[in-house]
Order: sequence, then structure tokens, then C-alpha cells
Amino acid sequence: MPSDAPTDVPTDARAVPEPLEARHVLEFPGGYTRSTGPVIGRFLTELRDRRIVGVRTAAERVLVPPLEYDPATGESVTGEYVEVGPAGTVETWAWVSAPRPGHPLDRPFAWATIRLDGADTSLVHVVDAGGSRAMRTGLRVRPRWRTETSGHITDIECFVPEVTVITAPVRAEYRVRPGRALTRFLEGIRDGVFVGGYCAGCDQVYVPYRISCPACGSVIEEEREVADTGTVETFAINNLPDPRAPEVPFVSAYILLDGADIPMIALVGGIPAHEVRQGMRVRAVWVPPEERTMSMTNIRWFAPTGEPDADLSAGRPGGGD
Amino acid sequence: MGNRCAVIGVGQTRYTTKRRDVSIAGLVREAAIRALDDAGLTFADIDAVVIGKAPDLFEGVMMPEAYLADALGAAGKPMMRVHTAGSVGGSTALVGASLVQGGVHDRVLVVAFEKQSESNATWALSTHLPFGASLVVGAGGYFAPHIREYMRRSGAPDHIGALVAVKDRRNALKNPYAHLRIPGIDRAMVESTPMLWEPIRYLETCPSSDGACAIVLSSEKAVTGTPAWIHGTAMRSEPLMRAGRDTVSPRAGKDCAADVYRQAGISDPRRDIDVAEVYVPFSWYEPMWLENLGFAPENEGWKLTEAGCTALDGDIPWNASGGVLSSNPIGASGLIRFAEAALQVRGMAGEHQVDGAATALGHAYGGGAQFFAMWIVGSEKP
Repeated sequence: MPSDAPTDVPTDARAVPEPLEARHVLEFPGGYTRSTGPVIGRFLTELRDRRIVGVRTAAERVLVPPLEYDPATGESVTGEYVEVGPAGTVETWAWVSAPRPGHPLDRPFAWATIRLDGADTSLVHVVDAGGSRAMRTGLRVRPRWRTETSGHITDIECFVPEVTVITAPVRAEYRVRPGRALTRFLEGIRDGVFVGGYCAGCDQVYVPYRISCPACGSVIEEEREVADTGTVETFAINNLPDPRAPEVPFVSAYILLDGADIPMIALVGGIPAHEVRQGMRVRAVWVPPEERTMSMTNIRWFAPTGEPDADLSAGRPGGGD
Repeated sequence: MGNRCAVIGVGQTRYTTKRRDVSIAGLVREAAIRALDDAGLTFADIDAVVIGKAPDLFEGVMMPEAYLADALGAAGKPMMRVHTAGSVGGSTALVGASLVQGGVHDRVLVVAFEKQSESNATWALSTHLPFGASLVVGAGGYFAPHIREYMRRSGAPDHIGALVAVKDRRNALKNPYAHLRIPGIDRAMVESTPMLWEPIRYLETCPSSDGACAIVLSSEKAVTGTPAWIHGTAMRSEPLMRAGRDTVSPRAGKDCAADVYRQAGISDPRRDIDVAEVYVPFSWYEPMWLENLGFAPENEGWKLTEAGCTALDGDIPWNASGGVLSSNPIGASGLIRFAEAALQVRGMAGEHQVDGAATALGHAYGGGAQFFAMWIVGSEKP
């Protein structure tokens, strides 16, 4: 069928008069009346009742759709009808990405030969698979029946893949309240300072502030403010994009703040990712005071101070096992 | 250590990106039935079931052990679930073993699984709580800085990680259950892949796998088939946020190794152990754990890797199965290490069998390298 889309017409051809053309329809009014005969008739009658049957040949093969004769030998079939399917397996298929008027579906679909379970021949029908990636030889499919059946092959609107995957939405919503320790730390962050906790028993300063020591378990009584400068102990350059994360590449670093005994994980910025070094001295870059809230987002990132790098080979004060 | 206990059955599924053909229940049953078949037993012969998996957020099934009890033949029997993050597979085996060692049960079925394709592990591991800064980095982003620090301290050459990646994937070609199969993999191929979380390259990281592993544990009197005898078991944990914690070589790992070696009478692991299945999800963790587990002096683990000592034909093969670098159904990954150690001393490891392996180490770690589980199994009774 020729395309009815206009093609590019060369400029110098525009002067040529269009050829004479008229639409002509050849359609027998009301459609042909076609006698089914007993075999096809049985098939269509069963279809109307939402069953699919084949017929057995003398050679014990089941033909679907049934015929009055065995196409291999010309012998008459046995007259024994066998219910098949309704599930079947795609043997081969062709994808129709742009359906035409008169096609069975108005969205992309596959023409497929389908071997129904129990049949020895395959039947051509439509598979509504959503997309061509879902189609494959061996795909298991089942009929989708029309609401009203009339005894026609289109009583099966199409075949659809069997259910193999479902989506299971899971959503948990919480109201999160920071505890006393985190609240105290975030108050400090709101005010532009890092609040730590000092364990007198272990002689260690924990940042963020906490009220119990993870090493000895005792209560931490004393707050210690630590500097907003520190040293990059180690870091990763993250190249995997995530909508919730900073734009890649970004550097997540373990930063030991001056006066603290445990590093914090934070973003390093203000320097190309590949110029970040272990031992690099950095300072917190705070958002302007009027934009600050009780959140770590008050700190844009840590940027280099320009000081000489710290010597990491000496180890961290109080650190190491 | 209690009563004698042996592994008498091992079952694994073929690890792959997506097992779309089975439900979670079908997946764990596949491994469990294979383990029972290996032991010549049925569910009726089992006294108790212990199941392990990583966070529920991975599949979005809350308390899957409740749903899986019937699928694992646990009706009318004790059933429990273990969770210690990535080390859970190992911990699950040890909890199961303790039920036999303690004389509570004669036969315990241990199963661990993950169906990672149902969601995304990086998403599940990076739940961004309010008040913090969002640094979605997943496991790779978490461990990369510790690897960088190891490289600095040890002065190891940059290519060591690639050597491990190649060695483990070559071993995987000999393991019919392994997920990643990369024929012709070599150092140049690994080094040509992009840095995901520098210094970790794409081919230096583990895959996301669907899969399950199961073992049958037995008391001495209930042994059927070929036993792998347990010679030592140990678990340790440590606080993630302790000041002075050595994230490169965590103390919990050293303590866990010392404990399990003492039980098994091992004084020099490199000499006394024939094959080790160690949890190495990123290639550089081989040299790091070689040191943490006492196979090499501090800062010298990489020399063993470089010299080929940990290869299948080396003096102390590590991860003959291909390891976590080749198959990673997270919750099962630890149990696979323990099960592969058992297969080696049973002489049933197939193409990746280490000849004459009589003593094997199974190891798993999890969380921020804060949970450790280890066992030593042997072909002889302890």
C-alpha cells in the first residue's frame, strides 16, 4: 500500500498540474456471508463460549484452528474436538510499531504465531506486549477475551503475556525527631559552630555531639566546641549519579576537625575532585547566617584553606588500636 | 566449643542479575531442596530452620522469615531469622551451628538469600534521614575511602586491585553457580573500566545478584553423606563510631580471627589453612583482609596477591569459587563463603576444587566493616 504522506516535491516540478485522482471504495454492502462448514463452525461456536478447540487428525495431531482435512495428507479429520490452551507459547513474531487503520490494536503490537498448549500447530494472532522488548520466542501468553463474543476469531481481542512480575508499592512515613544529642549538635550548626562531646574516661572528643561514649559506655557530661577547620583523612570520588546526591563527580571525605578525635563524613568542594588530597587542610563553607536552619545543609561543603598538607604518617592523636 | 557439628549438605542457586522465573519462596526452596538432596534428607528430617538475609528494605518484605517459614518446611518447628548486614550469611551458619553444638537439635537447615533485582541496594542502603546532608554513596562510596587509606599506608602499587579482580573472575569460570562470567578477562580490561567510586573501578566491584544458599548442619550421631567438620566458630562486632577505630584493619576482625584460630589450633593461617573463602566485595579487600586475618604482616598483604599466592594454584588459594566479586546475593554471600569452605574439605568443589584441601576458612563481614563471622571446617573430626 503506497504511503499517503506527501513527499518532497522539487521546486521546478510545482508547475506541473497534479494528475487526476479520485477515491474509490469496493465493499460488498453488509459484508459477505461466509458458510463456516461444520469444523470451522464448531471452532467459532466454542470461541463464542470462550473456549478454544482443535480437531484431531487420523495421525493423532491436533490442528488449531481446526480444518476439515489434514493438510499433510488430505485425509478427513477424525471429528474429535480437543480443548486447547487457553495459554500458549510464542513461536515467532513481528513487531508493528505504527499500527494502521484496520489493525486490531491502535497501539504498537506484535503479530505472532502462537502454539496453544495441547495443539500441534500454531495460530496467528495479536500480542499486546506493551513494547517490543517484552517480546521473545518462548514468551507465554494467554487470550484477552472481548466483553461481547459473537463467534469470530476477534472474540479473542489479543493475547497478553502471562503475569511474571508485579510491582509492590511500599511506603513508610514517619515523623522524625532528633534526640537530645542531635538537637544540641544542630543548634550549634544553626549558630555556625561544631559542638562535640568529651568523654573524660577515654579522653576523646566526639563530633557530632553525643551523650554516651561508644567505647566505654559512660555518660558524656562535657560539651566541647571544635573548630570548623580540619584535615581530609581519606576520601572517595563519587562518579555514580543519583538524583538525591550532589552532582558528580563529588568528593565525600572523612574530615577530622581540629580538636575532634573522630572524623565526620562530608562533602569537599571549591576544588576540582582530582586535586583533593589525603592530608589536605579544609574549612567549612557556611551558608549565610540568614539562610541557616537546624540542618547540616548549613554547610555547603569543606573547601581548602591553602595551608600546607598535614603529615598523616604521624597518625592521629589518640587514634589507632 | 560444644558438641561436634558437621556440614552434611550444600545447595546453591545459579547466581544471576534477575531470577524473574521464581518467587522469593521458590528461590529459597531451590537452594534448600538441593542441600537436603546433597545430604540425602527431606524437610521431615530437619529439627529447626535458621534463615538469614540483609535489610528488609532490599525486597520490601517486612520480616520475610515469617512468610518463608512454610516454604522451608518449618511448620511445627523452631524457626528464627538472623541479621548482621553483609555478614549475615556467616552469622546465620554460626547460629545454626550453635543449636547443634549446644545439643539442642540434631539437624538444622540454614538458608540465606537475597533477591536484589526486586529493588536497588544503593537506594536501600542510602536512606536519607532529615537533618543530615545527602551524600548518597552506597556501599562502594562507603568503602572507597578505606581502600584509599590502605593504599597510602601500605604503599601498594595501583594495579593490585585489578589483579584480584582478574583472579577471582577467572576462578568464577570454573564455578557453575557463579554470576559473572567474563572469558578473557585480564588486567587491561579491568583497568579500562570507569572509576565508580575512585579508587574503585567498575570491574573491581561485586555484581548485584539474585540467589540463595543453604546448608544442612548435623550432630555427630545424625551425620549422613560426606561431612565437613566444624573446628571453630567466631563472631565479633564493634561500634562504628568509636574514636580511634581502625577502618582499614578493624579490631573486631582481628579478634574474630584470633578466636577462631585458637579453637581450631591454627598458629599460622597461611601454613595451616589450605583454602580460604573470604568476603571480598571490592578487589582491594583481598590484601586488606590478608593482613587483618593474619595471613600477611601489616602493609604486606598486597605482596601475596602480587606473587600469585592467593591464586587457585598458589600456596593459599583465596576465593577459589570466584568469591563475592563474582556473585553477590548480599544476604547469602556470607553463607556461600562458609558453604564453599565446606565443599572444599568435602572434596566436592568440582572444577575449582583445591587438591587435598583438608582445612578451610569461611569468612564474612558486614555493615561498615563492623560485623565479622568466621568458621574453620575440616575433613577430619576435631
